[in-house]
Amino acid sequence: MAWQWFHRLGSPKWFYEKTSLWLPYLSIASVLLFVVGAIWGLGFAPEDYKQGNSFRIIYVHVPSSIVAMAGYYIMAVAGAVGLIWKMKLSFVVMRCAAIIGIGLTFLSLFTGAVWGKPTWGTYWHWDARIMFTFVLLLLYISIMALHNAYAKNDLADKICAILALVGTVNIPIIYKSVDWWYSLHQPATIKITDESTIAASMAYPLGIMVVAFYALYSLLLILHVRAEILQRERKTSWVKNIVLSVSQKR
Amino acid sequence: MNKPQPPAYTTSAISFSFWPFIGLSLKREWLLVFRNRADIANPLIFFFSILMFVPLGITPDAKVLSSIAPGLIWIIALLATLLSLDRLFVVDFENGSLDQMMVSGQSMFWIVMCKCLVHWSVTGLPLTLLSPVLGLMLSLPTTAYIALMASLLLGTFVLSMIGAVGASLLVSLKKGGVLLSLIVMPLYVPVLIFGSGAVNNAAVGLSVTGQFAILGAMVLLAMVLAPLAAAAAIIISLRNH
Repeated sequence: MAWQWFHRLGSPKWFYEKTSLWLPYLSIASVLLFVVGAIWGLGFAPEDYKQGNSFRIIYVHVPSSIVAMAGYYIMAVAGAVGLIWKMKLSFVVMRCAAIIGIGLTFLSLFTGAVWGKPTWGTYWHWDARIMFTFVLLLLYISIMALHNAYAKNDLADKICAILALVGTVNIPIIYKSVDWWYSLHQPATIKITDESTIAASMAYPLGIMVVAFYALYSLLLILHVRAEILQRERKTSWVKNIVLSVSQKR
Repeated sequence: MNKPQPPAYTTSAISFSFWPFIGLSLKREWLLVFRNRADIANPLIFFFSILMFVPLGITPDAKVLSSIAPGLIWIIALLATLLSLDRLFVVDFENGSLDQMMVSGQSMFWIVMCKCLVHWSVTGLPLTLLSPVLGLMLSLPTTAYIALMASLLLGTFVLSMIGAVGASLLVSLKKGGVLLSLIVMPLYVPVLIFGSGAVNNAAVGLSVTGQFAILGAMVLLAMVLAPLAAAAAIIISLRNH
């Protein structure tokens, strides 16, 4: 009995119906968090004494980097759950997490480049974090490409889950080795400001933005999974009923 | 990786004990490789032919070459290994040998391990043995030759193992090629960092113990985990194809 909720979670129909109820609350929460975090961060947080207003891109850059990295683990755990308990829904989550992960990692690299120009004087500089984010982007893309290469969804799902797990073992190794690589590398003349000594007045809106990004991530993931479920289950009767009821309302 | 080894289909298989089975597997792989000798030679020819682009594209200046030689040789070795991975499992998948191996009752882990060992012995090992010639042509500092060979000896083994995982993921697809490179390249990052790091350090006379310790750890980790992942992917492909 205790595990019933877990197995119900594996049913696409149950998920679709439940998330229909959650969606309004989640959307409102993420919009509110975004509005509060963005206005506070962009409008009211004090200017950085060295970087001026250009530091404000931190409110997009840091949350997107954090969620991009966490997203890989969400994807890998979803893949593992799919392999172990043979849950179809879990594989759908894995695939959708890969797509959103590509977007977030790209956003992180892009905002980093935009931020780098005024502060470091260059769009791109090979340091440990940039290298790691770059590798992360490639890992996400490889999962996406592998999934697209297979014609059959069920085979693609399982194969991608294995790649996601291989990546999970590798991510800490890549992270540490890139770090090590950079510490031996000729250190750059560019100074990266220390992020741990951030003032509280700047940190609070940053915290809100991180939570907002997580909320947005969940929202996007759920929306994406719902769309994919409709696509994959299009031959079942409950999907036909939903589609018919929507078209009748019009 | 958490996936347990699925049981073989038959329980009444003719049971070979472990070592004769390993011996037979290795012998089979060796025979197959030596009957398609061109497949071994091509990565090695690539290893040398890409070399001519370096002075043409960058500079023939020995000073510049010797400073970039460690990383360059490592990158070329990595690409040569990548090129050789394409056919690792595909032939056996298409002619049904892998199906037979799966129903033989033997563990897929060890079958994959034997394939990797043979693959390494015909790509990584010759690359390692030929690498001093490359070093000579790129005017690698003389202090770095031993580190170059030792790092390639360990590193190419890891490259073969990780590459086998990539090849196993694509085993049922007709078109591997570029996709295989895309999958495997990010996973090669740590090997390249420590492999070329060791040669770079040796070239300027620094200690290389740390790099070799980590390369050795990678060899052990890859030996335990890579065949596990590759075996799981092959079995999934065989069952769902």
